[in-house]
Amino acid sequence: MEALILEPSLYTVKAILILDNDGDRLFAKYYDDTYPSVKEQKAFEKNIFNKTHRTDSEIALLEGLTVVYKSSIDLYFYVIGSSYENELMLMAVLNCLFDSLSQMLRTQEKCREATLLENMEGLFLAVDEIVDGGVILESDPQQVVHRVALRGEDVPLTEQTVSQVLQSAKEQIKWSLLR
Amino acid sequence: MLKKFDKKDEESGGGSNPFQHLEKSAVLQEARVFNETPINPRKCAHILTKILYLINQGEHLGTTEATEAFFAMTKLFQSNDPTLRRMCYLTIKEMSSIAEDVIIVTSSLTKDMTGKEDNYRGPAVRALCQITDSTMLQAIERYMKQAIVDKVPSVSSSALVSSLHLLKCSFDVVKRWVNEAQEAASSDNIMVQYHALGLLYHVRKNDRLAVSKMISKFTRHGLKSPFAYCMMIRVASKQLEEEDSSRDSPLFDFIESCLRNKHEMVVYEAASAIVNLPGCSAKELAPAVSVLQLFCSSPKAALRYAAVRTLNKVAMKHPSAVTACNLDLENLVTDSNRSIATLAITTLLKTGSESSIDRLMKQISSFMSEISDEFKVVVVQAISALCQKYPRKHAVLMNFLFSMLREEGGFEYKRAIVDCIISIIEENSESKETGLSHLCEFIEDCEFTVLATRILHLLGQEGPKTNNPSKYIRFIYNRVVLEHEEVRADTGAVSALAKFGAQNEEMLPSILVLLKRCVMDDDNEVRDRATFYLNVLEQKQKALNASYILNGLTVSIPGLERALQQYTLEPSEKPFDLKSVPLATAPMAEQRTENTPITAVKQPEKVAATRQEIFQEQLAAVPEFQGLGPLFKSSPEPVALTESETEYVIHCTKHTFTHHMVFQFDCTNTLNDQTLENVTVQMEPTEGYEVLCYVPAWTLPYNQPGTCYTLVALPKEDPTAVACTFSCMMKFTVKDCDPTTGETDDEGYEDEYVLEDLEVTVADHIQKVMKLNFEAAWDEVGDEFEKEETFTLSTTKTLEEAVGNIVKFLGMHPCERSDKVPDNKNTHTLLLAGVFRGGHDILVRSRLLLLDTVTMQVTARSSEELPVDIILASVG
Repeated sequence: MEALILEPSLYTVKAILILDNDGDRLFAKYYDDTYPSVKEQKAFEKNIFNKTHRTDSEIALLEGLTVVYKSSIDLYFYVIGSSYENELMLMAVLNCLFDSLSQMLRTQEKCREATLLENMEGLFLAVDEIVDGGVILESDPQQVVHRVALRGEDVPLTEQTVSQVLQSAKEQIKWSLLR
Repeated sequence: MLKKFDKKDEESGGGSNPFQHLEKSAVLQEARVFNETPINPRKCAHILTKILYLINQGEHLGTTEATEAFFAMTKLFQSNDPTLRRMCYLTIKEMSSIAEDVIIVTSSLTKDMTGKEDNYRGPAVRALCQITDSTMLQAIERYMKQAIVDKVPSVSSSALVSSLHLLKCSFDVVKRWVNEAQEAASSDNIMVQYHALGLLYHVRKNDRLAVSKMISKFTRHGLKSPFAYCMMIRVASKQLEEEDSSRDSPLFDFIESCLRNKHEMVVYEAASAIVNLPGCSAKELAPAVSVLQLFCSSPKAALRYAAVRTLNKVAMKHPSAVTACNLDLENLVTDSNRSIATLAITTLLKTGSESSIDRLMKQISSFMSEISDEFKVVVVQAISALCQKYPRKHAVLMNFLFSMLREEGGFEYKRAIVDCIISIIEENSESKETGLSHLCEFIEDCEFTVLATRILHLLGQEGPKTNNPSKYIRFIYNRVVLEHEEVRADTGAVSALAKFGAQNEEMLPSILVLLKRCVMDDDNEVRDRATFYLNVLEQKQKALNASYILNGLTVSIPGLERALQQYTLEPSEKPFDLKSVPLATAPMAEQRTENTPITAVKQPEKVAATRQEIFQEQLAAVPEFQGLGPLFKSSPEPVALTESETEYVIHCTKHTFTHHMVFQFDCTNTLNDQTLENVTVQMEPTEGYEVLCYVPAWTLPYNQPGTCYTLVALPKEDPTAVACTFSCMMKFTVKDCDPTTGETDDEGYEDEYVLEDLEVTVADHIQKVMKLNFEAAWDEVGDEFEKEETFTLSTTKTLEEAVGNIVKFLGMHPCERSDKVPDNKNTHTLLLAGVFRGGHDILVRSRLLLLDTVTMQVTARSSEELPVDIILASVG
């Protein structure tokens, strides 16, 4: 842990992971070449899971990387950055991811695997809004949820308000004209 | 477990978990639905999700199948379903590196990017930039510029971040967008500001002035975004470090002011930046330490972790600055996050008093098994530092280290422990026996070859000198029987056995028996080594033992390889002469300083060895230097003969040959309106050196380094007068030239430039050599050419100073750690070894006595008379 002046950079996040109860990958996004092959990635995920799933301690240093994490029933959320990275920045990303998902899944209680799997597209879109290529894109969960703007799950057309229908009809007409 | 499976089965049965057991081929088959009209958005989005899920799981898509799916997906742009469209963007990004011809979606994406639907525009920009290469970028440049200054934050942020990614491949295009980025930097949106500042910095980071301007501009107005603050703190501290400017600069003031920011993230970044600034004083650290102290009692684990980790860094250099936090750190010792607890304890070990050590060690051993290897290494480092600080605590600490050594752990961790134990053994002779026997136990069951060989090497070196050497033999021989080749032979077990035999006559017969068994080994190298050692030992000659077993080869290995190859290419009557091989510039065996890990020491050695070889090749290419023989030594660092900011910058490297010296002058002309020609450095010696010839640098254009040489013969009449001062003068022809076109005038004129004097000292004629066993080497050389004289060093007041001066002056290698003067002693013996040019060993034993001043008795031995005379003449 020698003193080191950080090269100023926006590339903060090395990876975002969501693992299940057995430490298997539900979602993983690596933003640099720290673990270039799938094999190395999975080994790293196993190691992370073994070191963290029993304790609820939020932060750890593993394989020379800072790992911040959070668990929710049968899900484990991880954000990974360099050991020189500002731990609180990584924490901001983790909190944003966690809160956005909780809001999007509209769970009264906590996120769980089953609900997350039903909303996989929402997860993909949310992560895409939070981090882009390792750069923190947005840290406010409200904004993220707003931008993902997932359509109401299984809401029949009749329940949409009239104005919404009109709006979408307008859009469609516009679109056909544009083409 | 069972319950969970039940649950999953239920779900997949009910169709609510669509991602169990997905088959790649089946999913790609499903993707044909994309071609149907009308498009079913929900179904298609779901299939895209499945594809993304598969890629995410690490499933490999072939180029053809990916391209096929990609083209099918492009049809989905006809639908206007928002979620489906967004999933398309994601798929484009994921597939951009797998599928071919992804650029066909460029126009669709450009349309979305400039369209009315704000929720599409940001993601469309990001997807577009992902598939764009530098040629295509020109075409969308206009849109990118607009997007950067767009009033919708998500669009602006997306464009800025994508520009940042594009910098890597299209720096010159993105560079043109700084004005737009500049505008975005004053945005009210915190993320836009952060991204804009980041982009601006990355574009300008090689322009120091622009960076300074940027910092002063934005720090004056204040920033909205905590992320942007963190970024600016990093930029400022980097600038501070490079400028090396004083701490009252506005940059430092800015960082310090951030300690009072309302965001914890910014406060921590600032504190951490101050702690990491090199050469920070205790006074400057104080405000940073006090905010970190506050963080120690935060309810957030990440903040406590960050604080204590940074305090731990402070404690390494300024333990006293952290003492104020001891109470807060004590509270963290029992933290449920073991990483925090470990860091707190190791910090306390550095700052606390001797009396608290036992308690803290007990505390930490209670959860040692729960923490990761990274932190275990931190603990070992803390212990290692303690051992130096409190020598009386060796027993406690050693016991702790041994119990850690017995537990499970990775290589880095075990190596840190072994390093630490070895350094304790070397520092402290009382702990040697216990230390060695514990290490013996460790190698009985050690999976790390490197560590096993290191310990065997240490046993071979230290074991024979202990009271009861025979007890180590068993351990070493066990290795011979049980381990694989590397441990058995190389620097390992067999060599260690031989070292015992060479130094201990009583044990010699049994060692011989053991070595005879090794001759039967099934590995080549083990057999070779055993046979070699056996034959040497059977001669029972101390001199042989000394040169072939106790002190290894001192030549450079690549040099030896080359010399031998040369010898086989040109067969001659003469036997191969080892003296013609260049010596290793640094000793091969480990000469460890304090706690530096072994790898850190090894690297510079390699560099040094190659450096001399490069010189050798360069010099061999100069026709004037044919027949000088092998290069004996090059001075380790070039000497500057000019001030650093003058018209001409000249550095000199001294090369010593058997009867000659070559001075290499590396010259740089810093005047852009001149070209120098025919440059030589004229030298005037004060002693009997004779200048033989000058090799000029033919031209020396502006700012292109050139080299000229001067060859001198060593003094013949009085060969002991090797120390000499040369006055130097550079002679050259100046031709004026046009700074812009580089055209030179035809006419030139002669000119001279006086350089500083160049010193040649006795150290230039001696190469450092490490003798692991000085006494054996001393006996080997014999007293035929021994001389002794006594001197008074009237100006030195301490033994350390005297030792330091002698080592530096003679340029020889201190052996057996004799350069370390024990405290509170007034006598000391310094042992030095070297090789004099021509390849004669030279050994010096210097006894020092401190009364008011230092009195020194120098005894020098060599296989020739001349080196001894030179040493004594130069010291006097």
